[in-house]
Amino acid sequence: MQTIWLTLAAAGLLTYLTRLSFMGLLQHWQMPDMLRRALRFVPPAVLSAIIFPDLLLRDGVLAFSLDNYRLLAGVVAALVGWRTRNILWTIASGMATLYLLQWLSIRF
Amino acid sequence: MKPSNGSQIHPNRAEFLAGALNELPLLLGVFPFGMIYGVLAMQALMPAAAAQGMSAIVFAGSSQFISAQLLAQGAPSLVLIGTVFIVNLRHALYSASLLPYTRHLPMKWKALLAYFLTDEAYVVAIAHYDNETPVERKHWYFLGAGITLWAGWQLSTAAGIFLGAQVPASWSLDFALALTFIALVVPAMKDRPAVAAAIIAGLIALAAHALPYKLWLIAAAIGGILAGLACEELCRRSG
Repeated sequence: MQTIWLTLAAAGLLTYLTRLSFMGLLQHWQMPDMLRRALRFVPPAVLSAIIFPDLLLRDGVLAFSLDNYRLLAGVVAALVGWRTRNILWTIASGMATLYLLQWLSIRF
Repeated sequence: MKPSNGSQIHPNRAEFLAGALNELPLLLGVFPFGMIYGVLAMQALMPAAAAQGMSAIVFAGSSQFISAQLLAQGAPSLVLIGTVFIVNLRHALYSASLLPYTRHLPMKWKALLAYFLTDEAYVVAIAHYDNETPVERKHWYFLGAGITLWAGWQLSTAAGIFLGAQVPASWSLDFALALTFIALVVPAMKDRPAVAAAIIAGLIALAAHALPYKLWLIAAAIGGILAGLACEELCRRSG
């Protein structure tokens, strides 16, 4: 119980210091060009590192097949996200695809 | 400065209100996001107070989603803290881009604004900073946008926590997490280096998935970032 609060406090403090960094703490530090360019790749790298296993692994084994409904729903959501650039439509289309496939597999 | 007369709204307050007002449309997207976080945190068996506390203490959507997932999978604290740190590193970029506009402020203002420096508040604030009008009162605008977002995030988290106990596992709501990340990653695919970062990180995540303590996430993030940098370097040389 106490561990979780300590964890939250540490995570919150690090996040806060990141936000304060250049505005308040490192005002006179010239960020190396390399680091500035690297930061841009943080979101795509981290997010897809979470997405790939979520869609492609089932019980720790690669599931690259048509009965992997999460993979199919994820592909639909990615296409919708690419067309609409809208978070809500992306989530809604992915969930709807997953439910539809699950429903079809029970019926037929 | 002219003394303010009774019938006129103080210019600081006007800035604050304008910031709050311009943040409101973004809450449409933020509210469901916060609710899903609350639901997921409950399904990850987080105590309700900790789930809400995280929204107030960390106050960064994507990293909170990942934390809920890591907690559900029993990842150790240090991995969770390291992951939150990496996921939130992008805020340093925002901080750097605001530096020219906040240089004149006293430290207590900077310390306050830093707490509100989230993706959605930054987007609204920087648009206002970038227009040509004088900068002297714009920190009030930023504060208005930040507080509005903060209130929306806390309320939506609370709503999600309340609902979370009632949502059955058969709804596969945990899948909404992957979908949310897909929605966030697709617009980031602006050029070849970004695509390379995403694909390499994804492949490392698959290959290294058996690593203990969820270390694969950190390995994949670092590998993806290096791939993005390498690809950028190659493009520059060939182009």
